[in-house]
Amino acid sequence: MSTAAAAAAVQVSAARARWIRVLVVLTLVSGTNYVVWRWLDSINWAAWWLAVPLVLAETYSLVDAYLFGATVWRLRRRGEPPRAPAGATVDVLITTYDEPVDLVMRTARAAQAIRGRHRTWVLDDGDRAGMRSAAEAAGLGYLTRSADWSGRPRHAKAGNLNNALLATDGEFLLVLDADQVPDPAILERTLGYFDDPRVAFVQTPQWFSNVGAADPLGSQASLFYGPIQMGKDGWDAAYFCGSNAVLRRDALMQLGVVGYVRDVEQAIRVALRRAGAILAVARREARSSAPALAALDRVSAAVGTARAALAGGQPVSEVTYRFQREVDEAGREVVAADTAGLQADLAVIASLEPRPECPSPGVTLVEPTAQWDLQQLDCREWSPLTALESVRALVAAVDVDLADEAQPLMPMATISVTEDMATAMRLHRLGWRSVYHHQVLARGLAPEDLRSMLHQRLRWSQGTLQVMLRENPLVQRGLHWGQRLMYLATMWSYLSGFATLVYLAAPVAYLVLGVRPVDTFGEDFLVRLLPFLVVNQVLGLVVGWRLGTWRGQQYNLALFPLWIRACATAAGNVWFGRSLGFVVTPKTAQGDGRPPWSLIRPQLMAMGVLVVAAIIGVTREVLGVAPTPEGTWVNLAWVGYDLLMLSIVLRAVHYRGPRAERETT
Amino acid sequence: MTEVQAGERPDVAVLRIEGRLTMVNAPALRASVGEAVEAGRTTVVIDLAACTFMDSSGLGAIVGGLKAARQAGGDLRIARLTPQVRTVLELTNLDRVLRPHDTVEAALDGG
Repeated sequence: MSTAAAAAAVQVSAARARWIRVLVVLTLVSGTNYVVWRWLDSINWAAWWLAVPLVLAETYSLVDAYLFGATVWRLRRRGEPPRAPAGATVDVLITTYDEPVDLVMRTARAAQAIRGRHRTWVLDDGDRAGMRSAAEAAGLGYLTRSADWSGRPRHAKAGNLNNALLATDGEFLLVLDADQVPDPAILERTLGYFDDPRVAFVQTPQWFSNVGAADPLGSQASLFYGPIQMGKDGWDAAYFCGSNAVLRRDALMQLGVVGYVRDVEQAIRVALRRAGAILAVARREARSSAPALAALDRVSAAVGTARAALAGGQPVSEVTYRFQREVDEAGREVVAADTAGLQADLAVIASLEPRPECPSPGVTLVEPTAQWDLQQLDCREWSPLTALESVRALVAAVDVDLADEAQPLMPMATISVTEDMATAMRLHRLGWRSVYHHQVLARGLAPEDLRSMLHQRLRWSQGTLQVMLRENPLVQRGLHWGQRLMYLATMWSYLSGFATLVYLAAPVAYLVLGVRPVDTFGEDFLVRLLPFLVVNQVLGLVVGWRLGTWRGQQYNLALFPLWIRACATAAGNVWFGRSLGFVVTPKTAQGDGRPPWSLIRPQLMAMGVLVVAAIIGVTREVLGVAPTPEGTWVNLAWVGYDLLMLSIVLRAVHYRGPRAERETT
Repeated sequence: MTEVQAGERPDVAVLRIEGRLTMVNAPALRASVGEAVEAGRTTVVIDLAACTFMDSSGLGAIVGGLKAARQAGGDLRIARLTPQVRTVLELTNLDRVLRPHDTVEAALDGG
């Protein structure tokens, strides 16, 4: 594929779109015919331990084919974009963490040169002096996290953007990764879509300038930034992909406010639910002090009142305000009644650094003024009652300030390491529209070695699976069914690792042990399977015409260990709060020129097993101990296909980036 | 666009919004609330009688002000909403957090 052709983005003609529909129907009919036959009439129950996983894997693949068919059924070809409005205000936000200053500045200077009114900002999460001086010298805005973020969750890129949202004020935001050099026309070509007041964002392709025609790492996602996004767009479900997209600030802020309300309600509900247990602990701690126990009773009653008020639909800020006041009152009663306890408390306070703005409790006993009343809340932790740590935590949790987070408003979703997909889904839930504009308007840099590529893929798949587990699209209110299916399609595709494992194991079991998961590999089998395989491949060819999709197909299978790991770690993260982890590899693999074999160990083992199985299978056939000759041939062909797919990792492991490739050729 | 009235009580500030409260002047509102709170006027009432239009950034500034007031031991209340502002409030569910009061006095009395 030539650079020019790719940069223009391959368009889909109306005729091709019609052919695609015909092929989708043929694929699904033949696939359903095959899989129904497999379930009803061909499972070899004698070898159920292999037969059942195999038929499940095949069913998985059929569902995948349905979802893919649904995606490409409604390819949306938008043509020329509407004219950009004059006078729109735009903030161009370039996110960076540790990329070289030169690289960021290359993008930033190109961003300055974009036509149309805009202001360019560098969002430096690395807070680097060199980055700051370079940005300021070029007349760019430069932003780092505000003080509110210190000691609170940073939420990576989503946090970086959320911080910038509060520091900027343009109507629209163009988001660019540090390496994505924009075309001067990027705003002219995208802003016109916002004439429709329901459009929340316009996504353009991500296209990599450092990838050669062979693309050994399969970085050029031309199937995704092409038929798949066009198909999702057809279902009003174009994805936001984190870069090269223009977003409407009002849509994001609305998402932020809605999210704030949801999070506050959730936090308070949880806090009040746990209150019973917390108060029980506090009661044990305070058992020697009758006034403290009386106060705890009062807190207990306040919890009950708050719960009832919330259930009755009273606004949360009122409920929490009254709850806090009530707890303060209870605290003051203890102060009044328990002077002895107060003396002890004063001793403790004396040993602490006094906060000058907090009036001394001694003074308040003499003269409780309005002034003291006001500052009482701020100095809540000084009262003997709330000195009971657990109750203090409860009081803090029953509030509307989301004190654990740097900002109450987090417009970019923080539930996943791929904040973009989660944000898009939430926007779609609120009824916002999205647009995929199929024209390359920014050129970026793909990872140049296997390790970085694997790391990136792992992050994407983990992020997608996090969203699936936390906000399952099938049950999200506000999405229509087409949108649900489009989100499911992406998530579903990341489960393929388990099916691949079965597809690798089944031919090995047959060739080595003579285990037949299917009743027959003969004519009954071939006559049903072959039409499905052939039509499915033709569909792939027509959809991926001139896009070079072969690489992607290979990696879908070859990266099976990565997909499985993504599932395991995402589930561990969402359900058990574990860290997502990283692609671990010795650092020496990077610099010394030796291929990082350890990264592809599972694939090497799989290839070894397949080759040995093929040899054994042929030997068994020759010796006449194989179950059937056609079974041997079918399984040998199957092994050959697996090997062809897996072999891409052998090229990838030797790959040193486009520059190295040019030097050697 | 924002006029700050001291209020009769020493701990009260009434902020009157004139015209549109949007992404353009939302930062200014955040700053006004911050100043009031810092000056000890921790009970802040946003008087919206003259606010003709509010967008989500405006709501965001109000939420930011609520957090600032609460963290200083006070509170933030909203009063005299125009129909458009009330609609925006309901659209984002923010009315489940903040009660729209009919008068400034009611806002001051309310919890």
